[in-house]
Amino acid sequence: MKKRGKECADHERLLFGLVALSVLSLPSSGCRQKRTPGLAVIRMATTTSTQNSGLLDRLLPPFEKRYGCRVDVIAVGTGKALELGRRGDVDLVMVHDRARELPFVSKGFGQCRIEFMWNDFVLLGPPSDPAGAKKVATVLDALAAVARSKALYLSRDDGSGTNARATLLQSRAGVTFDPARHLRVGLGMAAALTMASEKGAYVLSDRGTFVAMQTRLRLEVVSRQDKILHNVYSVIAVNPVLHPKVNHVGAMALIGYVTGPEGQRRIARYRMKGQALFHPLLLPRPGAR
Amino acid sequence: METIPEALRHALHLLWSGDARTYTAMAVSVRVSSLALLLAALVGIPLGGLIGLVPFSGRGILRVVLRALMSVPTVVIGLVLFAVLSRSGPLGGWNLLYSQTAMAVGQAILIVPLVASLVDAAVRSADRRVQDTALTLGAGWFRSALDVLWEVRLALVAAVVTAFSRAVSEVGISMMVGGNIRGQTRNITTGIMLETGKGQFAMGIALGIVLLLVALGLNTVVQAIEHSVEA
Repeated sequence: MKKRGKECADHERLLFGLVALSVLSLPSSGCRQKRTPGLAVIRMATTTSTQNSGLLDRLLPPFEKRYGCRVDVIAVGTGKALELGRRGDVDLVMVHDRARELPFVSKGFGQCRIEFMWNDFVLLGPPSDPAGAKKVATVLDALAAVARSKALYLSRDDGSGTNARATLLQSRAGVTFDPARHLRVGLGMAAALTMASEKGAYVLSDRGTFVAMQTRLRLEVVSRQDKILHNVYSVIAVNPVLHPKVNHVGAMALIGYVTGPEGQRRIARYRMKGQALFHPLLLPRPGAR
Repeated sequence: METIPEALRHALHLLWSGDARTYTAMAVSVRVSSLALLLAALVGIPLGGLIGLVPFSGRGILRVVLRALMSVPTVVIGLVLFAVLSRSGPLGGWNLLYSQTAMAVGQAILIVPLVASLVDAAVRSADRRVQDTALTLGAGWFRSALDVLWEVRLALVAAVVTAFSRAVSEVGISMMVGGNIRGQTRNITTGIMLETGKGQFAMGIALGIVLLLVALGLNTVVQAIEHSVEA
């Protein structure tokens, strides 16, 4: 009798194990929802620069593992990311264009905007540097040199954060490009770099995309480090009052993670081809109080 | 759901106000796809006629291959053409990448199988006696083939219209080898991609409506031509 009971328990355990295994291995969101009510699937719209650099592949899996949730990343330009947020099609956005983030928040589309990391833009040009952009002191002078020269200048024209910065730099430098030599291409960063390389044009890029593609490009960095090239990323939760169906708890958990010590350390540690690409803004410096 | 009415308003405004970028993109779309259609017709109609009318060994295989080629994604055609035209590619010296010509060639490659298959089907469905009669009346082989093509002229018009629609609505090739340069290689479809990327969904749909109106206009002309050839 005793033996039989044990056998039964074994069967039950086996059955339970199988059920548990099948539940765990099911990719459907329904099962996840049962396991972790509240978090489940978090949808984040972000820019291609964070996705293509591979940062999110390092940053997100530990979070997903800990909370038993899944973060669906929709990598688009900053303009589209904010539009997806405005419509409530995503739970949070991770973008880099302060000038458009602030109205997004002040109009009530987003909440809890936190600047959490930065990287920098670089002005790229052909290795022969026909405009002599490397010889001048600042990136604004470099742009002016490109505008004065006969070289091609490429801008993305797509309302992305990078495009917005390029426009800002142009107006700060007070230069206008000859329309015949100014290619306004509606392309993502990677495709725009490919075109600049093919055409021997100057172009502003985020450092991450450039480092990732460097070996395939006939382009070099022609600008020096400059505060004006700093590119600050923030996270913004979509307003749950406007869109009651958004996963607000999940969005806030993810914001807590990327702005908290663990997320910040992971950002600081991330390297691509040996280069640090992103710098945390919220990590206390060693020794600082 | 304010997007759709907003899109309609945008579309009418773009057309009414004579928005230069919209009309330029329209012109690029029509010019590139017309050139593509011309190239594709020059290759596709003789090819389709050959397969449909001339019994030669291997034409069954050719037919299957042509039909399968219709399933090649536009972005793959774009990628292959890009690799060929890139500065590090075999035809890099031609300096054709990111030009309207490159877009037209890519679209032509896209629609040649379509034109050839439709022409093939059309001439096969033609009454065999047309060709036989022409031959007995002393027409040469080439002349008899032309007679068959004339017999199926309405199907040819349908083939050409279908092919043009396919070309003018594709976006993968235009994006890859055109590069979506404003005023040069930005057509309606890559313009839509751009507006979508910017989060300007209503403007994207508006451009879609503009393309639809262009298609309506062109097809009205085709309809008139059809009536005149039928008469």
